[in-house]
Amino acid sequence: MIEQEWAIILARIQFAFTVSFHFLFPAFSIGLASYLAVLEGLWLKTNKGVYANLYRYWLKIFAVVFAMGVVSGIVMSYQFGTNWSVFSDKAGPVIGPLMAYEVLTAFFLEAGFLGVMLFGINKVGRKLHFVATLAVAVGTFISAFWILSVNSWMQTPVGYEIAANGQFMPGDSWWTIVFNPSFPYRLIHTLLAAYLTTAFAVGAVGAWHLLKDKSNLGARKMFSMAMWMAAIVAPLQVVAGDFHGLNTLEHQPVKVMAIEGHYQSHPEGAPLILFGIPNSKEQRVDYAIEIPKASSLILKHDADAPMAGLDTVPDADEPPVGIVFWAFRIMVGLGMAMVGIGLWSLLARSRKRLYDWTLLHKAAVAMGPSGFIAVLAGWAVTEVGRQPFTIYGVLRTVDSASPLDAPAVAFSLLAFVVVYFAVFGMGIWYLLRLMKKPPEAHEAPPSDAPIRSAGITPAPQVLSGDGVPGDARSGEIV
Amino acid sequence: MDLTVIWAGIIGFAIIAYVIMDGFDLGIGILFPLFKVGQDRDTAMNSIAPVWDGNETWLVMGVGGLLAAFPLAYAIILPALYAPMIAMLLGLVFRGVAFEFRWRDPEHRELWDRAFTTGSFIATFAQGIALGALLQGITVEGRAYAGGWWEWLSPFSILTGFGLVVGYALLGACWLNWKTEGGLQRQAVTYAGRLGISLLVVIGIISLATLTLEAQYHNRWLSFPGVLATALVPIATIAVTIFFYRSLRQTKDAQPFFWALALFGLCLIGLGISIWPNVIPARVTIWEAAAPYRSQLFMLIGASIMVPIIVAYTAWSYWVFRGKVGHDGYH
Repeated sequence: MIEQEWAIILARIQFAFTVSFHFLFPAFSIGLASYLAVLEGLWLKTNKGVYANLYRYWLKIFAVVFAMGVVSGIVMSYQFGTNWSVFSDKAGPVIGPLMAYEVLTAFFLEAGFLGVMLFGINKVGRKLHFVATLAVAVGTFISAFWILSVNSWMQTPVGYEIAANGQFMPGDSWWTIVFNPSFPYRLIHTLLAAYLTTAFAVGAVGAWHLLKDKSNLGARKMFSMAMWMAAIVAPLQVVAGDFHGLNTLEHQPVKVMAIEGHYQSHPEGAPLILFGIPNSKEQRVDYAIEIPKASSLILKHDADAPMAGLDTVPDADEPPVGIVFWAFRIMVGLGMAMVGIGLWSLLARSRKRLYDWTLLHKAAVAMGPSGFIAVLAGWAVTEVGRQPFTIYGVLRTVDSASPLDAPAVAFSLLAFVVVYFAVFGMGIWYLLRLMKKPPEAHEAPPSDAPIRSAGITPAPQVLSGDGVPGDARSGEIV
Repeated sequence: MDLTVIWAGIIGFAIIAYVIMDGFDLGIGILFPLFKVGQDRDTAMNSIAPVWDGNETWLVMGVGGLLAAFPLAYAIILPALYAPMIAMLLGLVFRGVAFEFRWRDPEHRELWDRAFTTGSFIATFAQGIALGALLQGITVEGRAYAGGWWEWLSPFSILTGFGLVVGYALLGACWLNWKTEGGLQRQAVTYAGRLGISLLVVIGIISLATLTLEAQYHNRWLSFPGVLATALVPIATIAVTIFFYRSLRQTKDAQPFFWALALFGLCLIGLGISIWPNVIPARVTIWEAAAPYRSQLFMLIGASIMVPIIVAYTAWSYWVFRGKVGHDGYH
C-alpha cells in the first residue's frame, strides 16, 4: 500500500511538472498568435514596413514557442491514460468528447495553417497568408475554449449521472456540461492571462532594445503596443479575477478558505490576511498581517458577513493550504505590479516620455517573465486548491491513478525532468537569443532555411559565407 | 446504425491517416544520417517542415478519439504500454523541436540532426512495440490493466518494432523520391529498393508469428471457408510489391510512394481481420469498451462536420507545397 502511495505522489509530480512546462508555451503562443494577426492586419491595412518587420521578428519566436507547445502538449493527451487511467475510464464519457472537439476544431486548424503561416508567404499571397495567420490565432482560442471547459468541469462538475460501472455519464444537455458554472470565468481569466503574459514578454523585449537604442522603430512600436495592452488588460484582469474568485467562493468554498488562510471560522466578519505563514499543524497562520473584516467585505460585500473556515471541513477533504495560500499571493502581487506598469506607461505617454524613461524600461524588462510566473501560480492555486479530488467533490485523486508500480513512474518522471530541462532549456535559450537581436528594418523571414525564405521566388539565392541565405531577399514582402 | 461500429471506423481512419502522413516524415528522420550534411539534409528536412505538425495531430486524434469513444480501452492500453508510450512521447519531443532548433543554432546543427534521427527512431520503434504488445495480448482484470511494467517486452514486440522502422523508412525514401531531385533522389531510390524487399520479409515473419499468438487469429485466417477471402491479403501484398518495384524501375516520382502506402493499407487490413471486433486484441470488444450513446452521438456530429473540413484544408496545405522541393525551395 505504501508503494501505491508513492506511485500516486510521483504521478502527481509528473503531471504537475509536465503540465506546468507545457502551459508556459500556450500561455505565450495564444497571445503571440493574436499579436501576429494584429501586426499582419495592420501591415495589410497601412502597408507600413515596420509592421511587416515586427511580424517576421515575432514569427521566428512564435515558431520556436509553438513547436515546444506542440510536443509538450502531445505528452499531456497521453498522460491522462498512462498515469490516470481510472480517472480516464470514469470521466472519459464526459471529458473525452470535449477533448476530441479540441483536436477536431483547434489542433488541426492550427497545425494545418501553421505551415502556410511559417513558410508560405511567397506562395499564397498576402491576403491568403493573413487568413492563415488568423486561422492559427483562432485555433489557439478554440483550443483554450475546450480544454478550459474540461478543466472547469473537473472543478465544478454538473450535468452527469454515475452509471452502475462507475462511469460518469453525460446527462441530457451537453450545453450544461460545456458551460459548467466555473467555465466562463476561468476562460476569460485564462485568456486575459495569456494576453498579459505576451504583452509583458513583448514589452520587455521592446524595453530592452529601447535601453540600447531609443530610435529603433521596431522596438518603439512593440513597446508602445505592449504598454497599451498592459494599461488596458491588466485592470480588466483584476476585475475578471475578482469575478472568478466570487465564483470559486460559490462553488468551491474550501479552495477559497485555503487561499485566504482561514483555518478558523469567522462568524462576525473574516480578516484579510495579506501575509503570514500557514501552519496547517496548528491550524493557524503564523505572523499574519491582516486587515480586520476585509475578507468578508471583498468576498461577501459585507464587513460583518460570517465566513466558514477549514474547521468546518473534514481533514480528509482539505487541500494543502500552504501552496494555495502562497501561489495566490504571488499571482495577485504580480497582477498588481502589472497594473502599476500599465498606469506608469500611461503617465509616461502623457508626458511624452514613453521611449526615453529609462527606469520604466528597466522595470518593464524586469517584468518580462512576470506573466509566466503569474500564470503558473494561478494554475497552482486552482489545481492544488481542487485537491484532494480530481473531479471536485466526486472523485478523489487517490482513486484516479493508473495501477502502475512506483519504479515505473519514478523512471518516467526522471526522464521527463532530464529531457524537458535539456530540450526546453535549450529552446528557451534560443528564444532569448532571438529576442536579444534588435528588430531590424529588413527583418529576415522565419528561418534561415532555403525553402522557407525562398518559396517560389524566381530570383537566385544570395548565400552568405556559411551557405545560409543572408538578408538580401528579406525586403521582398515589405 | 450502431454508433460503436462507426466510431471504430473513425478511429481506424485516424490510425490510417496517421500512418499515411506521419509515417513518411518519421521515416525521413530514420534515414537522415545517411544523407550528406548540408544541402541534402536541408532539402530532406524542408520537404516535411511545413506538414509534420499537421501529420502528428492525427496521433492526438487517434488517442483523443479513443478516450472519447472507447474510454475503457484508453484506460487499459496506455498503462499496459507505459514504457513504450513514454519513450514515444520523448522521442517526439526530440524530433519535433529539431525542426526549429537546427536552424536556430547552426553550431549545434549536428546535435539536433542526431536528436531528429534518434527521436524519430525511438518514436517509430515504440509504436511498433506497442502494436506487437497489443497483438500478443495484455493482462486485463476487471476494468484495469493487471500486468507488470515490462509485460510489453518480448521477441515478438521487438520484431514488430523493427518492422515498423523498416516500413516508415520505406515511406520516407519513397517520399524523397517524389519530392526531391538529383543525387538525393537517386539515393532515396536505392534505399526504397532495399527497404521494399526487407519490409516484405518482415511482414511475412510477423504475419506467421501472429498466427501462433492467439487461437482467434489462427481461426480467423485459416479456417474454411474464410481462408478463401483472407488468402487474398497475402496475394495482394505480393502483387502490390511487384507494382511497387515496377514503378521504381520506371523511375516514377509519386507512384512508388502510393504503392508503399498500399502495402501499409494491406497490413492494416490484415490487422483488422485478426482483431475485429476487439479494441484490445483478444481481450475487450469495442462494445464492452464503448462510451455511452450520448457521448458517441455528440462527437459524431462534430466529427462528421469537421473531418471533411480538416481533410480539405490539409489537402490545400499539401497543394501549396506541391512539387519538388529543390535546393532553393519548392518550384
